[in-house]
Amino acid sequence: MIRIVLPHHLRTLARVDGEVTIEIEGQATQRAILDALEARYPVLQGTIRDHGTLKRRPYLRFYACEEDWSHAAPDAPLPASVAAGVEPFLVIGAMAGG
Amino acid sequence: MSGVRVLVGTRKGAFILTSDGKRERWEVNGPHFGGWEMYHLKASPADPNRLYASQTSGWFGQIMQRSSDGGKTWETVGNKFIYDGVPGTHQWYDGTPHPWEFKRVWHLEPSLTDPDTVYAGVEDAAMFRTTDGAQTWHELKGLREDGTGKQWSPGAGGLGLHTILIDPTNPKRIFIAISAAGAFRTDDGGGTWRPINKGLVSPQIPNPTAEVGHCVHRIALHRSRPDTLFMQKHWDVMRTDNGGEEWREVSGNLPTDFGFVIDVHAHEPETIFVVPIKSDSEHYPPEGKLRVYRSRTGGHEWEPLTKGLPQSNCYVNVLRDAMAVDSMDKCGIYFGTTGGQVYGSADGGDSWNAIVHDLPAVLSVEVQTLR
Repeated sequence: MIRIVLPHHLRTLARVDGEVTIEIEGQATQRAILDALEARYPVLQGTIRDHGTLKRRPYLRFYACEEDWSHAAPDAPLPASVAAGVEPFLVIGAMAGG
Repeated sequence: MSGVRVLVGTRKGAFILTSDGKRERWEVNGPHFGGWEMYHLKASPADPNRLYASQTSGWFGQIMQRSSDGGKTWETVGNKFIYDGVPGTHQWYDGTPHPWEFKRVWHLEPSLTDPDTVYAGVEDAAMFRTTDGAQTWHELKGLREDGTGKQWSPGAGGLGLHTILIDPTNPKRIFIAISAAGAFRTDDGGGTWRPINKGLVSPQIPNPTAEVGHCVHRIALHRSRPDTLFMQKHWDVMRTDNGGEEWREVSGNLPTDFGFVIDVHAHEPETIFVVPIKSDSEHYPPEGKLRVYRSRTGGHEWEPLTKGLPQSNCYVNVLRDAMAVDSMDKCGIYFGTTGGQVYGSADGGDSWNAIVHDLPAVLSVEVQTLR
């Protein structure tokens, strides 16, 4: 089980409260997590990663275990504690005014 | 019982204002989608309960919403806007090539006859269409590939396709406008397009009478006269009486011919409304007086309408999609401001009241006449 923390507006879109949990097969990577998340909540397609390119949207960041994974390769293995559900994978909206 | 429903898109959510035919007492419902930029909401003329909305965010991109009960409930629909083929480049502000990038949906124009068919004008400028109630969207790439697309460059607000007008007598003829490319027309339902900018003069571009490059802010038509279009350009109020083949200026005695909105009275095809705005960069009403100007002669001769509007210390703007008219016996006119007011007139513009005072900055206003 993998735990994902979404920003407020994406939780509203997906109609979930609190953390989201998903199951994936194979290695826990950004791509595997986000593919599984979008498969379960299709409304999130295009909101975290661009349609087509699947690149992270520029005002979003990915954190895990107090480290910034935003610029890591999508297929890089995430920490074992994320894969084990001990620590969550965080999708964070960049701080900005307006 | 008849009434009106005003659909308001703001920087921080959508609001629905409803009233009976008298348009004196209003119910305010919202915010819907609080915190999101609601660029545009529009109802299907073929089914008044079917609404579409463009919900956007710099963080999370584009979301599309659809309602089948007049805005009481909403469902998320398709948000995949992919340019058809390799999009190539348009011009950046400095004239250098810049890749086409989808940013948001500026304007939604439902079909006049089919609730499931909707046109979407997007930034970077392109036209999309759905025929399945907004589940899937497909680009009408003939517009972007008309031959001039490489020359288009954005206005300060972006390279947005912001106006879509369907000819009520011939739905295959559609007029659109792009900032800062100009106006375009298709006669074959969106397959092929051509610029219709003859007569426009824009000293801000190298060739002031070029085929494209004009910053058109808005165009409007009356359904009984689809060959006559009115235009609020960056500067100049223009009209054409031959479907855009040639435009002529009708700014007349306006205090400034800069502005964003323009609309036509529901029952008087020669009565038009604009809100003059001071520019190039101020973007607020001249002298701090918020005045709608009305021409009953299709332009040239304009009268200020001030009753009920602030006539001192008013420094708001009225954005291009933020004026609409209803078709009650006494035509109602509505507009929203960047200060969060939505003003309405139930007597053709003679007098105005603020329906709401303190919404977030208003991006768009549409109205439905419910019978």
